[in-house]
Amino acid sequence: MRRIWNPGVQEWFGRILIFSWVPGFLIFSASAAEQVQIGSKKFTESYVLGEIAKRTLTDAGISAEHRQGMGGTIILWEALRSGQIDIYPEYTGTITQEILKRSDELTFEQIANELGKAGIGMTEPLGFNNTYALVMLRSRAEELGLHTITDLKNHPELKFGLTHEFLDRQDGWRPLAQHYQLNPQNVIGIDHALGYGALGKGSVDVKDAYSTDAKISENDLVVLEDDRQFFPQYKAVFLFRYALPTPAIEALRKLEGTIEEAKMTRLNAEAERTKNYTRAANLYFEDSSGSSRLRQGYGVASNTFGETFPHKLARWTARHLELAGFSLLLSVLVGIPLGIFASRGGAIGHVILGFAGIVQTIPSLALLALLVPLPFFGISVRTAIAALFLYGLLPIVRNTATGLQDIPRALRESAIALGLSPAARLWQIHLPMASRSILAGIKTSAVINVGTATLAALIGAGGLGEPILSGLNLNDHATILQGAIPAAILALLVQSLFDLLDRVLIPKGLRL
Amino acid sequence: MSALVQLVGVSKTFGDAAAVHAIDLSVERGKTTVLIGPSGCGKSTLLRLIIGLLQPDSGQIIFDGAKIDADKPARRSLGGGGIDIVRRHVGYVIQEGGLFPHLTARGNILLMARHLGRLENEMLARLSELCALTRFPENLLGRYPLELSGGQRQRVSLMRALMLSPELLLLDEPLGALDPLVRAALQKDLKEIFARLRQTALLVTHDLAEAAYLGDEIVLVDEGRIVQQGSLADLREKPASSFVSEFINAQRSLAVI
Repeated sequence: MRRIWNPGVQEWFGRILIFSWVPGFLIFSASAAEQVQIGSKKFTESYVLGEIAKRTLTDAGISAEHRQGMGGTIILWEALRSGQIDIYPEYTGTITQEILKRSDELTFEQIANELGKAGIGMTEPLGFNNTYALVMLRSRAEELGLHTITDLKNHPELKFGLTHEFLDRQDGWRPLAQHYQLNPQNVIGIDHALGYGALGKGSVDVKDAYSTDAKISENDLVVLEDDRQFFPQYKAVFLFRYALPTPAIEALRKLEGTIEEAKMTRLNAEAERTKNYTRAANLYFEDSSGSSRLRQGYGVASNTFGETFPHKLARWTARHLELAGFSLLLSVLVGIPLGIFASRGGAIGHVILGFAGIVQTIPSLALLALLVPLPFFGISVRTAIAALFLYGLLPIVRNTATGLQDIPRALRESAIALGLSPAARLWQIHLPMASRSILAGIKTSAVINVGTATLAALIGAGGLGEPILSGLNLNDHATILQGAIPAAILALLVQSLFDLLDRVLIPKGLRL
Repeated sequence: MSALVQLVGVSKTFGDAAAVHAIDLSVERGKTTVLIGPSGCGKSTLLRLIIGLLQPDSGQIIFDGAKIDADKPARRSLGGGGIDIVRRHVGYVIQEGGLFPHLTARGNILLMARHLGRLENEMLARLSELCALTRFPENLLGRYPLELSGGQRQRVSLMRALMLSPELLLLDEPLGALDPLVRAALQKDLKEIFARLRQTALLVTHDLAEAAYLGDEIVLVDEGRIVQQGSLADLREKPASSFVSEFINAQRSLAVI
């Protein structure tokens, strides 16, 4: 099996990153070991399946945690292989194309065999086939008389709004276009949830979707028939680690063959309507099983979806502050000494400032994706903190270096001429005199961190990004604002807190 | 009288002007020696060489009979001429005072004594003594440099330099940035202080009147070389070169002295 990450690069990155950060992350290393960790991808159906797995395990008396919406296939697969998660829902077509990198269609047994070599098990199909489909507004399709994908060939003027994953997949857009000889003039990449909005407003005409997507019936869309059988089978299964205890695997296997297509579509619709994945998952149990299981289920469920908004907000905010605060602390502890070295100029100074500058230019999403496959990081709070730490570094390093370099030569020389030791000059003269600049750097980092920490939710690290992400996924503005407004307020509060800190920490003589 | 500091054949060259060439100079104990000359002639460079902010390219600087070796840290050469030890016996005052803006006047003056772990009551007694000596009001000691006038700042700077009772006081244009009235008052006070403490001092100025008023010995420097050394009368009556006459005649205010 091919590895996604070039091992040489990984090792090199790993070495740099581990050596600089090991101490800070020991705190987090043992936190999640006891519970079974369930992952899910960033879309409704995956969330619901994750919740179903969690409830199934919990009902069997096994403690489980569901880390919602951790990202795409590669992130989940790497997390599973490295043991950061134990279970996640996947589709057979995705396994063949994206994980095993095979262009031919494999039998179910062949897939299971290949996965077994990596120490990963696969359940029997859960029941439904959620394959890719191309969808359009019913009215628009009727107006143009379109029924099949082949029909699209005669309309190269139609605008295609496709998800980024679909655009890049080996079984995605390019081979599809080839297969059907489509040559549209306008193809753009757009987030899955936002794409439905674009479809409704007519800014795109055709979009990719999953065949069990609740949005299809909700938005009165039609699925264009795959008349030349391009899309492979996407039967839903759970992937799990062989290392998982037998009772957990047995519990999971009880879900095999129990979710047919109509049911999944209904659960998806319920999840989108109520904005509550736990409730949607509970619907599965109410439908399908006896009364004893049902009663147990209510007990578990009320714990999760009985959570009031203030309580949720407090939980998000606390985690958000934890992420931003801890990473800021690390940036300060590492950034100030680096800034002191950098202020002395020379080759080392250039290397330090250069490195910090380069890190700043990496898009935050890309940085998260880079860190996830590394040992010690993966899908975890650690990775979020590491990324935030890196972002917070540059303003502190640069401001420390500038603040120190701006001290007039006459004053540096006065300190030397007095006979102060180098350490005394640093602590009693240089750092206090540069304090305004250093604090300004820390303030910048803090505000950046509070903003960027919303991205931590992408890798399941929580915080105020959680409602933003699920709101984006559900195309629900109210939910987005539940995270976005507190995050903005938090950034303003942090700013004023630092304005106050300035008065305490900057020596009075420098504030005259 | 013996020399406290001797420069023997000291040279220092930079890419640009303010270099010195094979300078021989003695700073006599208990006397005020004044270095004078046009700007960029190398007079400040000499002070910076003595305090170890610069290392000579060649030649020796002998402090109280021991050669200063700036490369030798104090810890390893307590008996020898380690630069850190030398610095504790030398006070240094520069034009803008060189006061640290984040410390009060008191904090600036006591900085080094505190660093050396001197006793608090001894330090405070010394501080009162210095305030009296430099005519600095004690109630202003809690002010920050920015809250003091230019003249007050120079008095604080002088106190800081005198705090550890240095054997040698180096003053680099200490009054250069002050207005004439304040300057005159400080010149008078400096002269009294030097006399009362029998302080060995080496002062850099470009003002011949100040040099004549404060200096026991005037050293005229031009283009990194000593042109003539002696009293003002020597310089006026027996100029060593036409440059000496020109330099003296250029400063006409001298006629009133």
